[in-house]
Amino acid sequence: MELLVASAIGILTAAGLYLVLRLRTFPVIMGMSLLTYAVNVFLFASGRLTIGAPPILTDATTYTDPLPQALVLTAIVISFGMTAVVVMIALGAYLGADDDHVNDPADAQDDLEDLT
Amino acid sequence: MSLFLIVALPFLGALLPGLMSSAGRTACAGVTFTFSLAAFIGLLSHVPAVFAGDVVQTGVDWLPLLGLNFNLMLDGLGFFFALLILGIGLLIITYARYYLSRDDNMGEFFTYLLLFQGAMVGIVLSDNILLLLVFWELTSLSSFLLIGYWKHLPEGRQGARMALAVTGMGGLAMIGGMLILGQIVGSYDLSVILQNREMIQDSPLYLPALILILLGCFTKSAQFPFHFWLPHAMAAPTPVSAYLHSATMVKAGIFLMARMWPVLSGSTEWFVIVTGAGLITMVLGAVIGLFKHDLKALLAFSTVSHLGLITMLLGTSTAFGAMAAVFHILNHATFKAALFMSAGIIDHEAHTRDIRRLGGLRKLMPVTFVIATLASLSMAGIPFLNGFLSKEMMLEEAYHTVLFGSHWLVPALATLGALFSAAYCFRLISHVFLGPVRDDYPAKPHDPGFGMWGPPALLVVLVVVIGCAPFLAEPFVKVVTYAVLGKTAALPDAHLKIWHGLVPALYMSAAAVVGGLIVLGLFKPLLRAWDAAPRPEAKVIFDGIIAGAVAAARGLIHSLHNGAFSRYAAIFAVTVVAAGYHAWTTGTIAAPTRLVQPVDPVSVGGWLMLVVATCGLVFLHRNRLLSLILIGIVGLMVSVAFVYFSAPDLAMTQITVEVVTIILLLLALNFLPNQTPIESTVLRRVRDGGVAIAGGLATTAIAYYYLVRDTVAPSISEFHLANSYKGGGGTNVVNVILVDFRGFDTYGEIIVLGIAALLIYALTETLLNGPVRARLLNRLPDQPRAGDMHPMMMVVLTRVIMPVVLMVGFYIFLRGHNEPGGGFIAGLIVSIAVVMQYMASGFSWASARLRYPYHGVIGAGVLIAGLTGIGSWFVGKPFLTSDFTYVRIPPFEKFELATAALFDLGVFLAVVGAVMLSLESFSRLARRAHVEDNDHPMDIDPSREISREGV
Repeated sequence: MELLVASAIGILTAAGLYLVLRLRTFPVIMGMSLLTYAVNVFLFASGRLTIGAPPILTDATTYTDPLPQALVLTAIVISFGMTAVVVMIALGAYLGADDDHVNDPADAQDDLEDLT
Repeated sequence: MSLFLIVALPFLGALLPGLMSSAGRTACAGVTFTFSLAAFIGLLSHVPAVFAGDVVQTGVDWLPLLGLNFNLMLDGLGFFFALLILGIGLLIITYARYYLSRDDNMGEFFTYLLLFQGAMVGIVLSDNILLLLVFWELTSLSSFLLIGYWKHLPEGRQGARMALAVTGMGGLAMIGGMLILGQIVGSYDLSVILQNREMIQDSPLYLPALILILLGCFTKSAQFPFHFWLPHAMAAPTPVSAYLHSATMVKAGIFLMARMWPVLSGSTEWFVIVTGAGLITMVLGAVIGLFKHDLKALLAFSTVSHLGLITMLLGTSTAFGAMAAVFHILNHATFKAALFMSAGIIDHEAHTRDIRRLGGLRKLMPVTFVIATLASLSMAGIPFLNGFLSKEMMLEEAYHTVLFGSHWLVPALATLGALFSAAYCFRLISHVFLGPVRDDYPAKPHDPGFGMWGPPALLVVLVVVIGCAPFLAEPFVKVVTYAVLGKTAALPDAHLKIWHGLVPALYMSAAAVVGGLIVLGLFKPLLRAWDAAPRPEAKVIFDGIIAGAVAAARGLIHSLHNGAFSRYAAIFAVTVVAAGYHAWTTGTIAAPTRLVQPVDPVSVGGWLMLVVATCGLVFLHRNRLLSLILIGIVGLMVSVAFVYFSAPDLAMTQITVEVVTIILLLLALNFLPNQTPIESTVLRRVRDGGVAIAGGLATTAIAYYYLVRDTVAPSISEFHLANSYKGGGGTNVVNVILVDFRGFDTYGEIIVLGIAALLIYALTETLLNGPVRARLLNRLPDQPRAGDMHPMMMVVLTRVIMPVVLMVGFYIFLRGHNEPGGGFIAGLIVSIAVVMQYMASGFSWASARLRYPYHGVIGAGVLIAGLTGIGSWFVGKPFLTSDFTYVRIPPFEKFELATAALFDLGVFLAVVGAVMLSLESFSRLARRAHVEDNDHPMDIDPSREISREGV
């Protein structure tokens, strides 16, 4: 089970990184969303995995770690705010310049030339 | 007077000259003079204590955990320097009133001058080295403003920049040295540090600390090889030169060496570095000074030379050397400030300071002639003037100093320095004042008014009085020397007197004076030889170093930071992975301590869905709508995982955030292209894939390794579980953490969320008021529009479920303290309910029914949460201390009332406001673009048709 979660985090990170390295704003935003999932699950998993023991006080003796959950809960909400801001910036740039490249036009050219 | 007030008065006074400048120049100078005088009198009120050998101390804690305390102390040394700073300051203020012309902004000048004065007084009265550093940097900044006061002169600007670069660099080094010193001793208080000589000198960090502190001192006091900035700083108005560059700022480095003398001196390193640098500076400054034609440049190099002399004396580490240094500081301050002011008078009256264009001023400016001649002769070391006395002591000390095993090296160099010093003094007198009267001065020279010659005359009176009756100054010099020595050495049994008998120093002194006269006689051939000799030009070297540093920084930054976002992201990812790999390979990893939990088919199914959706997203990301659907699947699977691993709160938050995020992205996609074109080369995609796979493997590895191990240190979670009900009154520990244990964090987070929403709103406003507006209005939709944009089914459905959703939100909010739920989740649910109304009936219909603007909702939320926190102050508890109680109102069951619920209400409102403001901003763009305003809830409304027919 641990390996499933760990590999899921890894796959989300890899896909997120790949999309963040794309040249247009929309895939970059998608990539950042995937990285957000990866980071949130990663932080959540730092409380270790427990099945069937939510941190709601009852007569039970064991509970899962509540602290990472509290941290991740606010992180999820904040990440919505972050995504919204980034989307707005991307939209503003596109509407203003009719171009949704993430790199400076001149420098992006350099960047492509460097690679080839 | 309190020491605090003495330091504060100049700073307080600095507020006024700017305000007074319209009241006239005399008023402006007057208010400056008054504040300086008040501080001066305050200082004098401590005379009895200082002469009794007491140390006056006062202080308040500023940042005690950092060791930074606002501690001040006044001993003989501090008193001496404060007296120089404030006393000469008073003379300079008087002088500057008459020196500055009507075109100069006097308010600005005196503001800077008082800032500088306060910073200097702060340095010499600090009893905490961190506080001293603060004042030290303030002097660098205020002297920058003063040197560059004539902003229209390029030399002024360049000189100010050079002075700031050199002294600022030294200041940085000194911060390092002081921090090391504080680390060695364990305290940053000077009075503690000064008691720990052995601890400091035995420490292996002594040498680095010494070098760094000396770098600060040498740059400030223009010691070789940092002497070059001082002559360039002469572009400043002459009162500034007289004040900063003769009497005060350049002595700050000397002051610090004297202050630290009890703990730093005495070692071989100190002796070699300080005496060596002092000797070189002394000789070099004197030789260069002789050949300068600009009167102020000559004086600048002579200052460099005399500072070298004092440094050399402090370097010898003997009590007699320290006493000679103290005496020479006093003497140099008197004659050099007088000389600078005389140079200013000549410049002011003759409109030139070029020695080659002057001469014969003796008859035209008799008063100035007397003042400048007496001061120059004192500097040359002629008997019955104070310069003679301290120069004798210096030569006496040099005679006994052995450097590098040589008995003659120091005495010879000291005599050579004194010789050239005498030579430039004689040159100054003979080439400026003696000789025939000329008829080609740029202006007709004459003596100025008393306001300008009074201050230097007063100093020259001191020069003569101390020179003739040194016993008058002796008690004072001994008090200061006692403070310099601390407890390390006894006060030397020497007296200040004119005649010591036929001692070697007298012969050396006589040789220097005679040699000086001979050099003056040979001045013309010497000058030709000097002009012909190749010399390194300090400014060229300095400019070259600066240009090189700028080019290197630019090269480094441009290769990393070239405007290509993809490159930054790739560099960042690779660096993080590399750092992690390094830690992984070099660290040690303990054996697993947790059992791996078994895998069941349902989890594998969920995992597969997540993996397939993620991979699909990577390969199909060019189709943007499809990628939104795929990312929705990913979010859903993450929510399911949260449920599965005992995190119901997270699952509810994730799924509601998922809904609003997808709506938001759909709104954005409305404007963006639907496809991403293929642009990157195969090579680039392979490279990015490599980076991505490396990052993925790294996170997998680290996640797996910690998942099968327990935490190294015991977690603080146990505390939260144990106290959630007892202390917080709730059984949902996650919610209690959010609104109670970590309420302050949450408070910060809702503020961040609010700021993000306001930022989006502001960006929208900017876009809609700019050129984008026209483009939006003319934009044609790239997709066919729906014929029925607000379908009746959806309108009816959303209206029906609105109250239900609100009820659910209310329920989730209320139960949050004890069951999964709470303000965040309730806020998101209610937002979704409202967003659905927008979706069903359109923006204008919905916003017409909006009673409260969303900014206000955010503000109300933050305010309620904040006021809840402040409420605990009224019962004497810290911010955000929660309280709760149980009440029973028949016929209801017993229920809980908690202040945390009020806080959660604030969270709820902030979340609703932030989410709605963000989404609303996006739809405002859409409305601009192509959507016709509708006043009706739906496009096709049967009831409307009927009523129209009825009419």
